[in-house]
Amino acid sequence: MTGTQPTAPNGPIAAAILSAAIGCFTLGLTTIASDKSKAINAFMNFYAPSGALTGETTITIIIWIAAWLVLAKLWRNASIPLRAINLTAAALLVLGLLLTFPPFIDAL
Amino acid sequence: MQLTLRELFTAMHGMFFGGFFLLALFGLVVELIRNHYATQPSTLTPRGQTLERAFLIVTAALGWLAVFTGTYIVYPWYRSKPPASAAGLTAYPRYRLLSHPNTAAWHNIGMEWKEHIAFFAPIAITMLAYVFIRQRATLRQHPQLRHTIFYFASLALIACAIAATFGALIDKAAPVTGGPTITLIGSSQ
Repeated sequence: MTGTQPTAPNGPIAAAILSAAIGCFTLGLTTIASDKSKAINAFMNFYAPSGALTGETTITIIIWIAAWLVLAKLWRNASIPLRAINLTAAALLVLGLLLTFPPFIDAL
Repeated sequence: MQLTLRELFTAMHGMFFGGFFLLALFGLVVELIRNHYATQPSTLTPRGQTLERAFLIVTAALGWLAVFTGTYIVYPWYRSKPPASAAGLTAYPRYRLLSHPNTAAWHNIGMEWKEHIAFFAPIAITMLAYVFIRQRATLRQHPQLRHTIFYFASLALIACAIAATFGALIDKAAPVTGGPTITLIGSSQ
């Protein structure tokens, strides 16, 4: 019998990482949707003095937290393939960055 | 030594919350790089662990305070619309910047990007704080995760640096000003 510890499931960390990337991507999506559609822009206007930014960021935070709670529950005791999580998170982050960059939005 | 109420809140948003958040993120990234090249993983005393937890929680709190004060207090002053009777655009930074082609990009690129990308940083640092505080033992067993953690910390630092740089330069080009005058030192007259 060895004294090594059993490997702890990486699910809770994978859930935290992936949900943060989902949050950043959601901000990109809400930003471009608000920029391209007047109706969505008006919907996002949660607090008039600050405009659509308040709706975009509030929806982002809600989706980020919701994704985190759901994934954390699903993956509480799971061991997730980390390569897939890392690649997905990286792709979502890059897309999120692009979708918030004004020259990229204007070019679409 | 005087400043207006709007200048005071803008300074709190950018220089206090945002400035200390940027410094803390830089320190975190440096620590992660140092750990990467350490020959032996360092272990902290219980007191050290408490201080590290406090550092991470305060860093995340500074990030959220920076984005929320920016979004809900300073940004409305920045984007307020001048009335038809306005004598000038000094008190209306957004319209002042857009009124001239040489300054319009400060708003169209700088502010439009800054106001969104800034939110990446507190999201990333909140995730990092959770991982370091609640999942440290698991993190030690999965070295591959440390790279991902480092990338997120770097993203937070870059996002915060972009937001801080544009914020400072935009406020230099068209300062958020107005409201009651507060005298810090000297006579109020």
